[in-house]
Amino acid sequence: MSDEKIMIEVDGQQIQAKPGQMLIEVTDAAGITVPRFCYHKHLSVAANCRMCLVEVENAPKPLPACATPCSDGMKVYTRSPLARAAQKGTMEFLLINHPLDCPICDQGGECELQDVAMGFGGDASRYSEGKRVVRDEDIGPLVATDMTRCIHCTRCVRFGGEIAGLRELGATGRGEHMRIGVFVEHSINSELSGNIIDLCPVGALTSRPFRFQARAWELTQYDGIAPHDGVGSNIRLHLRRNALLRVIPRENEAVNQTWLSDRDRFSYTGLASEDRLTQPMLRRNGELQPVEWDEALQVAARLLKETPAGRLGALVSPSSTLEELYLAARLVRGLGSDSIDHRLRQCDFRDDANDPPLPWLGRRIAQLADNDATLLVGCWLRKDQPLLNHRVRESWKKGGAVLSINPIDYDVNYELEVDVVCRPSEMVDELAGVAAALGADTAGLSVEPDEAHRAAAEILKQAGQGSVLLGTAAMMHPDFVLLRRLAANIATVAGIDWGLVGFGANDTGAWLAGAVPHRRAGGAAGGGANVEGILGDACDGVLLLGAEPNFDFAAPCTALADKCVVALTAWRSPVLEVVADVLLPIGAFAETSGTLVNLEGSIQSFAGTMLPPGEARPAWKVLRVLGNLVDLEGFEQTDSTRVRDELLADVGEVRPDNRLGEGAPPAPRFCPTGIQRVGGVPMYSLDSLTRHAAPLQATPDAWDGRLRLNAALAERLSLGDEQAVRLCQDGAETVLPVRIDPCVPDDCVWLPTGVPEAAELGCSFAEVSVEKA
Amino acid sequence: MKRVIDYIRSLFLFELLRGLGLTGRYMLSRPFTLEYPEEKAPVSPRFRGLHALRRYPNGEERCIACKLCEAVCPALAITIEAEPREDGSRRTTRYDIDLFKCIFCGFCEESCPVDSIVETRIYEYHFENRGEQIMTKGKLLAIGDQYEEQLAADRAAQAVVR
Repeated sequence: MSDEKIMIEVDGQQIQAKPGQMLIEVTDAAGITVPRFCYHKHLSVAANCRMCLVEVENAPKPLPACATPCSDGMKVYTRSPLARAAQKGTMEFLLINHPLDCPICDQGGECELQDVAMGFGGDASRYSEGKRVVRDEDIGPLVATDMTRCIHCTRCVRFGGEIAGLRELGATGRGEHMRIGVFVEHSINSELSGNIIDLCPVGALTSRPFRFQARAWELTQYDGIAPHDGVGSNIRLHLRRNALLRVIPRENEAVNQTWLSDRDRFSYTGLASEDRLTQPMLRRNGELQPVEWDEALQVAARLLKETPAGRLGALVSPSSTLEELYLAARLVRGLGSDSIDHRLRQCDFRDDANDPPLPWLGRRIAQLADNDATLLVGCWLRKDQPLLNHRVRESWKKGGAVLSINPIDYDVNYELEVDVVCRPSEMVDELAGVAAALGADTAGLSVEPDEAHRAAAEILKQAGQGSVLLGTAAMMHPDFVLLRRLAANIATVAGIDWGLVGFGANDTGAWLAGAVPHRRAGGAAGGGANVEGILGDACDGVLLLGAEPNFDFAAPCTALADKCVVALTAWRSPVLEVVADVLLPIGAFAETSGTLVNLEGSIQSFAGTMLPPGEARPAWKVLRVLGNLVDLEGFEQTDSTRVRDELLADVGEVRPDNRLGEGAPPAPRFCPTGIQRVGGVPMYSLDSLTRHAAPLQATPDAWDGRLRLNAALAERLSLGDEQAVRLCQDGAETVLPVRIDPCVPDDCVWLPTGVPEAAELGCSFAEVSVEKA
Repeated sequence: MKRVIDYIRSLFLFELLRGLGLTGRYMLSRPFTLEYPEEKAPVSPRFRGLHALRRYPNGEERCIACKLCEAVCPALAITIEAEPREDGSRRTTRYDIDLFKCIFCGFCEESCPVDSIVETRIYEYHFENRGEQIMTKGKLLAIGDQYEEQLAADRAAQAVVR
């Protein structure tokens, strides 16, 4: 659209507009109310509800504002008798088949239909004939349907096609027989499905976990930041009587627009889990016993202090807040050790010396939508970071190419220009092939590029802007540092950006806060043990913050049993109860104030909105008191914002920077000969909060406890669907049923980390043996 | 002149006699008082006494947890919690009225779209222990069940003016 401006007149007011801009956009920007149901600024224009009819001078009939382009000198009347009559008439038609069940409708009180009927409808119904009834459909554990209430605005249908990228909902029939429903009866399998709840202007699609829980007017609204993925979605928390009942998106065009992923929307259900730790626990004579805070803190401080200097380690969840990470790092460093790590799921630390100063996405989140090319390496962006994936999909819709080099033929919602599915051991070679075809440094690997590599290289070379994104599967790969080096080389030669799409809500923040052994806050070098060392021989005492052994780690946590473990955790966990000497209950998510730094480096703070259950306290306060009890300086903060300000003063200017050091990368080390395990983390096994969110665990995206392999391998092992197999990895073994899945490459089995079946297995990518159980 | 008349009146205890006259009149007339609790005053069908939750004739509880009464209650005396019942219908799991807070304004009854929460003619009740002033869902339904006939008749009598 050109920058040309025209003037139009709405209700006597002169307003500037762009030629061709829809009238409703102009009136919205000017704050003039035009009623609407089907129009949504991020969806295509359907103009099928007819509610936004306005009078336009010289037009024979009222025109829908959402589908009327502006032209110079146009005169519009939104409240003229003609417009009012048209709106009133439309409202009457819409209400013909709408049931009068507002008292039992969850939308009651926040319903667009109620509001618009109040403002623009008639005062009484003239309709006495029978109303239609539409059968409800079960579309899964997240969205409840009452299709009789549907007014056919088709926002949900358009959302499915345009944003979520899957046409699951559709309209069938015409006129009074029109129905919105799923074409095949099954639950909607989308990571963004919760957005149709917000989109639905009536109560046809409502939140199932929230069903009948509360009324809109009972809820108190607080602002927050979503605690799971690196997007840092802006959210609103709805509370009643210290219970978090609902999470909805808060509009922020630069981050999450008006959307929210299901994980961020429904994970709050895990807060009310019965597994919450509500009382400090102390191990006495081999048994954990509930104690008072005072005693637990004294013992914890004594244990930390008594650990020999340099033998204390801290393992912190990458979803902890900036304040928690900073205080934990300060505590450990104050006690004379640099061993703190948040890279719990990473396996490859051989190139730590060359780590970038502050790893990030490489581009702003909104810029992803302008990518001409996006190369996904070991990255199931759609499930790992749903809203980043939405931006990449936007870029694809604008003509950008999406390429992938993945160990699984992941289900994506765009067409892949180049789709390389290879065994994990071949990923490095495949990426090196692309690098070679581009003429980039191949990190010492000699690879002959094939057709696919050349095609990918060509697309990347042509791209004006683009990204190479390394996802969780790449970050868990035993040759991660090589993949990273190759990605950086490719990006440099192609003139595009590269970035890491990590695990937690605060990956970038953890680097900023110095929650890595070799980099302190502010950039000074450190020399501690990494997560492998801390779990290995380098440490005798371990401080765990928000991390659950067996689920949040790549390496096996068996060694924790012999160490002295002080764990700050919001949930009880059977493994923690075995290994921990002190368990300190902390608040999670909305129960603590804090700051999260998202993948693009935006620092977003939020206030605590509810009290943690029982005796639990915000973790930054616990860490602060521990700091005092071990007689360290600088733990006198009375407010989490002070901790943040101290950190930011330490750091100076926050400048995300992905530049790698110059050192030579190591040689590839992952060359298995037998069957390979492909890992990753299922989107709903990411952290303790999601693992405790029952509605999310009931979705098809939750891990189903099956070992996936393709038909060829199943035939070779003479296995059928649902047959039990024994899988051995480095001496540990597990028995589980198989599922035949064509997405898995030959000689590979897909078993992610973070699920009970893989709890004791260790690294996500490894050589395994599989046999019939 | 007025002062002279007042003086003479006070001299003859005129005011006192007038007062005594009134007393004497009432002493001889029929008494208004009722011998409560043996006798009881008549109660209007609009009387706003103790609350009750009603059921439909088939035994189904009327309340659908719309929470309008909770919203309209000026004394914040009503607390409701709801969840889907096994059959998927919207029902309360908790319906508490704190009678210490309640001001018996009758707004809850006015707001109820299904005539579920009502105020009965009962005005004789007491509490002996702390906590008994909370009318729970069970207690309210029991009162509704016990007085349904009267409640239905009263609502019917008032239907013309509501």
